[in-house]
Amino acid sequence: MSVSAKPGAAALCIERVEFRWPGKHRFQLSIESFDVKQDERVLILGPSGAGKSTLLSLICGIATPQAGAITVLGQNLAAMSPAGRDRFRAEHIGVIFQMFNLLPYASALDNVLVPLSFAPLRRRRVNANCPEKEEAARLLVALGLDERQISTGRAAELSVGQQQRVAAARALVGAPELIVADEPTSALDTATQDAFLELLFGQAKEARTALLMVSHDERLSGHFDRTAQLSDIATVRRGEHP
Amino acid sequence: MILIRLAVLSLRNRWFTVLLTVFAVALSVALFLGVEKVRNGARASFADTISGTDLIVGARTGGIQLLLYSVFRIGNATNNISWQSYQQLARRDEVGWIVPLSLGESHRGFRVMGTSPDYFRHYKFRGGRSLSFASGRPFSDLFDAILGADAAAGLGYKMGDPLVVSHGLGEISHADHRDKPFRVAGILAKTGTPVDRTVLVSLEAIEAIHLDWKDGARVPGMKISADAVRRMTLTPKAVTAAMIGLKSKLQTFRLQRFVNEYEDEALLAILPGVALQELWDIVATAEQALIVVSAMVVLAALLGLTTMMLSTLNERRREMAVLRSVGAGPRTIVGLLMTEAGLLSLCGVLLGVTLLYAGLFLARPLADEMFGLYLPISFLSQRELLILLAVVGSGTGVCLLPAWRAYRMSLADGMTVRS
Repeated sequence: MSVSAKPGAAALCIERVEFRWPGKHRFQLSIESFDVKQDERVLILGPSGAGKSTLLSLICGIATPQAGAITVLGQNLAAMSPAGRDRFRAEHIGVIFQMFNLLPYASALDNVLVPLSFAPLRRRRVNANCPEKEEAARLLVALGLDERQISTGRAAELSVGQQQRVAAARALVGAPELIVADEPTSALDTATQDAFLELLFGQAKEARTALLMVSHDERLSGHFDRTAQLSDIATVRRGEHP
Repeated sequence: MILIRLAVLSLRNRWFTVLLTVFAVALSVALFLGVEKVRNGARASFADTISGTDLIVGARTGGIQLLLYSVFRIGNATNNISWQSYQQLARRDEVGWIVPLSLGESHRGFRVMGTSPDYFRHYKFRGGRSLSFASGRPFSDLFDAILGADAAAGLGYKMGDPLVVSHGLGEISHADHRDKPFRVAGILAKTGTPVDRTVLVSLEAIEAIHLDWKDGARVPGMKISADAVRRMTLTPKAVTAAMIGLKSKLQTFRLQRFVNEYEDEALLAILPGVALQELWDIVATAEQALIVVSAMVVLAALLGLTTMMLSTLNERRREMAVLRSVGAGPRTIVGLLMTEAGLLSLCGVLLGVTLLYAGLFLARPLADEMFGLYLPISFLSQRELLILLAVVGSGTGVCLLPAWRAYRMSLADGMTVRS
């Protein structure tokens, strides 16, 4: 099993996936085919409850489909062990959530550095250029955080907007090939949203990172290379409760 | 190591509950070790009180009782040994030395013991140490009294101070030997044995103060002055017990049999070590009960630790989801919780040891004064270190339950918290 990405492979390739949550959930998701190319920025639009979070869990290798293949950077996630998927995620995927992204008790800097502890290759990549703390601080400043807020105080003391910036820096650190974001701007006001996306995109472009974002907000589509409706990609079935 | 760093940060974030839990573990550990220390201290203290004495002879009674009243000044003799029997014993070939002990008098709560000057030569404690004088010297005058270190300090007496011996053992006595006062002629150095709390006088002096007494009361109309007594030849009528050193230890059992089968009087001879062992056998049950109770307290504290970990799991689901999203496996989550539990137990143990030594340091003078218990402040024994290791181990172990729950939660939640 390899944790490295295949050079030149698409960021994401989903084929004929069937997924059902184990246990009592009667939620079922099917995707015929969906791709994200290298350093492509894609927005998937869908209302809440349409299966966005499930899709992200599948891409991140937290959930595994019952049928079909999810290939990230040329590696089939289903072929990996659970621990292998965790490691793969740590090395190659940055994740940003809607909110509560951070370890509340750690500083902004610590939060940015956490993924590197689980991803030795990514850490080596960072340290090849400059010490990881400097790189983390650079990203935080580039994303608009005050120098003072970087290493002092707990992340929980930051405003929501600042927390999202820290989350973005954490997703970007060590330039993973793919960033997956789940409504990262929905907790922000419009002005902050645009600034946040601009900064995120700027850094992603610099790192040649592909970006897949799911949202219900159509206004965001102007920022992306491509926009898709979740309902066009995936079929969601809910079993009737007896 | 990221786990330790995260665990420390997370614990610091919940410092108040963490502090209380650590304190509970610390108290329980201090209690457990304290019981161990006091138990071992008591044993060592008792065992150190007498050495070099092969046999103790007294009137027939229980072996432990004889040991307690003759050596430890605990309890009372029920009967005496007649002077004739004592003389006969002293003349035996096996006997290297014999020291008479005469108990039953007191001075303001401190026991008075009549003995011969040989006592200072033959009484040995703590592996063969002899008594030494802080000031003064053994009996020269009939009414000389030698004070143990604590008795001298407690009474505030100096050399040459007068003291009056009372009949009986009460703190307040109505039968004082006021007509024949003693004089402090020597003060002994501290020994950590009951000798410290004893007033030593000569056997003849005990006889002297009782010349005009009969059956524990003053004989009406009879009065013999102290000076008159000094000119008399005083032969004791009886002694309470005798310490014997043998020429050869091989003869111990022969002499013991001789004493125990002595026909003119019902006598008992004991080997101090054997009697002490009998005493431990009796005390062992109580000791075990104490150990069990203090072990239960440790267990309760560890259960508190588990409860604390379990109760915070729900509010930490988000934190676990975040860790999952950055690439931590469910096993890392388990590792994080176990690390926290291990750190908590370790802090509890370290604080507990600190509390123990602080407590020992404070309690030592008290235990010495109130119970004559000399608690040595020694480093932790190997056994105690193992116990501490076991506490840290089980503290981490009992948190397998919360860790397992966290594992399940983390598997079910993934990156997003579903409830």
